Amino acid sequence: MRGATHAKWAAGAVVVAMAATACGGGDSGGGGGGDGSGVVRSSWGDPQNPLEPANTNEVQGGKVLDMIFRGLKRYDPKTGAAKDMLAEKIETSDQTNFTITVKDGWTFSNGEKVTAKSFVDAWNYGASLKNNQKNAYFFGQIEGYDKVHPDSGSQSADKLSGLKVTGDRTFTVKLTQKFSTWPDTLGYAAFAPLPKVFFDDHDSYVSKPVGNGPYTVDSYQKGSQMSLRKWDRYPGDDKAQNGGVDLKVYTDNNTAYTDLTAGNLDLVDDVPASQLSNADSDLSGRYINTPAGIIQTLAFPFYDSDWNKSDSDKVRKGLSMAINRKQITESIFEKTRTPATDWTSPVLGEDGGYKSGLCGEFCDYKPDEAKKLVKEGGGIPGGQVKIGYNADTGSHKEWVDAVCNSINNALDNDKACVGSPTGTFADFRNKITDKKMTGPFRAGWQMDYPLIQNFLQPLYYTNASSNDGHWSNKEFDSLVDKANGEADQSKAVKTFQQAQEVVRDNMAAIPLWYQNGSAGYSDKVSNVALNPFSVPVYNEIKVN
Amino acid sequence: MGRYVIRRLLQMIPVFIGATLLIFLMVNVMGDPIAGLCGDKACDPATKAQLSKEFGLDKPVWQQYLTYMGNVFTGDFGTAFNGQKVTELMSTAFPVTIRLTIVAILFEIVVGITLGVVTGLRRGRPIDTGVLLLTLVVISVPTFVTGLLLQLLLGVQWGWINPAVSTEASFSELIVPGLVLASVSLAYVTRLTRTSIAENKRADYVRTAIAKGLPRRRVITRHLLRNSLIPVVTFIGADVGALMGGAIVTERIFNIHGVGFQLYQGILRQNTQTVVGFVTILVLVFLAVNLIVDLLYAVLDPRIRYA
Repeated sequence: MRGATHAKWAAGAVVVAMAATACGGGDSGGGGGGDGSGVVRSSWGDPQNPLEPANTNEVQGGKVLDMIFRGLKRYDPKTGAAKDMLAEKIETSDQTNFTITVKDGWTFSNGEKVTAKSFVDAWNYGASLKNNQKNAYFFGQIEGYDKVHPDSGSQSADKLSGLKVTGDRTFTVKLTQKFSTWPDTLGYAAFAPLPKVFFDDHDSYVSKPVGNGPYTVDSYQKGSQMSLRKWDRYPGDDKAQNGGVDLKVYTDNNTAYTDLTAGNLDLVDDVPASQLSNADSDLSGRYINTPAGIIQTLAFPFYDSDWNKSDSDKVRKGLSMAINRKQITESIFEKTRTPATDWTSPVLGEDGGYKSGLCGEFCDYKPDEAKKLVKEGGGIPGGQVKIGYNADTGSHKEWVDAVCNSINNALDNDKACVGSPTGTFADFRNKITDKKMTGPFRAGWQMDYPLIQNFLQPLYYTNASSNDGHWSNKEFDSLVDKANGEADQSKAVKTFQQAQEVVRDNMAAIPLWYQNGSAGYSDKVSNVALNPFSVPVYNEIKVN
Repeated sequence: MGRYVIRRLLQMIPVFIGATLLIFLMVNVMGDPIAGLCGDKACDPATKAQLSKEFGLDKPVWQQYLTYMGNVFTGDFGTAFNGQKVTELMSTAFPVTIRLTIVAILFEIVVGITLGVVTGLRRGRPIDTGVLLLTLVVISVPTFVTGLLLQLLLGVQWGWINPAVSTEASFSELIVPGLVLASVSLAYVTRLTRTSIAENKRADYVRTAIAKGLPRRRVITRHLLRNSLIPVVTFIGADVGALMGGAIVTERIFNIHGVGFQLYQGILRQNTQTVVGFVTILVLVFLAVNLIVDLLYAVLDPRIRYA
């Protein structure tokens, strides 16, 4: 897409020129006044998958689910803490068996009552292999998952044996192992309840989803627009502060941004990279840039014996100290990334397990020590670091080149590091799954739920689903097991932090930076914020 | 004439099969699309296997192609990864792109040919030099620059139009995008017409017509223009296909949800079904338009006969 890249540059130049002449946009459309009936016009991208809760793993579909569904828990948009939503209580005495009581008085927007069965049916559907739900692994901790979703072959059961409806509003869950913070995972969209129409008339559900959230779908033209309107009989206390939201699909985020500056759009939650440097002035400060639960790291191929020698940790630490994170985040990312000092994310908060500076000096830029450590560790395997990345999306080339530059400067060797691009993202993923990486490679992690567990277990536990480097460490594994069995939240978090120290001492992956979410909005709306998943908190937006 | 058309229609079959096969292979070379569906995480192997099976990706490529072509002939273009039928995508995308193409072609015909005739008749005069210079500028500036500039000037600075086209994409909204899309071809049409007119102006049949005492207007429209338009018609005909498929840049700039956008998104998501389906239709359009252009020759130039 050479043309597109050029277009971005041109657009950048043009908008710079526009900012220089201090020109604002005109006014048209919108409206509603400050009585809470105004409609927010927001940019959107075509969701990659049908809008099924257990099948949506990207932010565009996530936006809609966040508006039309409420689960047992909800993550506080500001702190990320999991708070009871539909759950009246979730009880356990052994961290394995949970009894869940659903609040009374909740209905779907079509009038159907939300019962324990709405949850159990939804979870069974999500876990079942034949339904092709991409978030099925969320149900992996529930007993019977290996029957409904075997790694190979066909399923021998349709329902999770660990789920039992015990009353109209109560059901029990049995996990395969202790997992004390499991209830806090229930805020994820995959755990949403589903109405009967989802199972009985799936096509009509997909063309116009029905949920139990503060908004209802008014009309949905696939691939172009979705109109959501406030649901007046919504029983929750997070009622919509506006009359509705119109999500408009844009072919390009530059076009959406232009439309925002022209006053035809109220909210763009994906400010194009080329506009970041001038967005704040273009929009007279109506620009937000807040941490999201995403961390970028460099993972290592531990299946390659060259990278897994007894002294290799020194090489990895040395490389980490050779990266000038501060400079790269400021010059390339315009401060939309923050240098990482641990392996989690600031959105977890101190109580949730984020510990600034846990990485210590290993994440500081210390070229001299970096050189020393790499030498002590036996030098770089093969004499050259090849950082793997995919070239098709996300402008990874820029930062990989910058990281390599930094390493080359620190090690006084202009051939110490080069980028090693793979054409497409899918191909890149294939190489990783097939264990074909020969050097460190880009690894991004977007949290599923704001728990420290989610930043460690799936990534570093032996043979975990996203342990792409296949790192394995007994001490780490046992600490994670211990933490999951801990009944006390704060003790569990402490133990996870100990486990994270093991990651640090071995430098299982080099933490690079925490990613921010950015959004720009028009002067017609206020109270705009992004939640820890970088999805705008639509129900709190006020239309002036 | 009839036999000629039949022969041409038969020739289309190998072209059609070859073109679709090439596209099918090219999309397949990009690698396994399923791996990209699960974000930065690895898809769990069971779901991955299940999806491959559902989209028929677990079979050898030749078998995938045969199944696909078989389905195409029954009107089933498959399903995109987001669960939408490709035919459904087509029914929303093609009308929009066809409207955009019509606007663009109208610009080419009306503005391009008029300018061409005017400059061709007044060769060497200031107006000729002026228009020539202008076309040179238009040809040398890439479409995305013209597009973004017009969008910014008319849409943001002066507020004459909306910078982004709405989902309805009515004709009036498509005027500026259509002009942008047509701009380069428009310049070519002007130049082609001009050269052709200038050359034929000195032809014997024109001199004869003038000598017969026909009015100037009739000489130009009936004799001069009719013969001079042959190369122009070829160009515009070939351009219909090019405009429909090549509108990716213009469609992205002006937020038009047409064929170009669907193709772009299909390629990004490695959605074989969408890409091959749309390209197949474009190939058909191209072939049909070419045939029509060839038949038009006979209408324009009585000397041409098809046996």
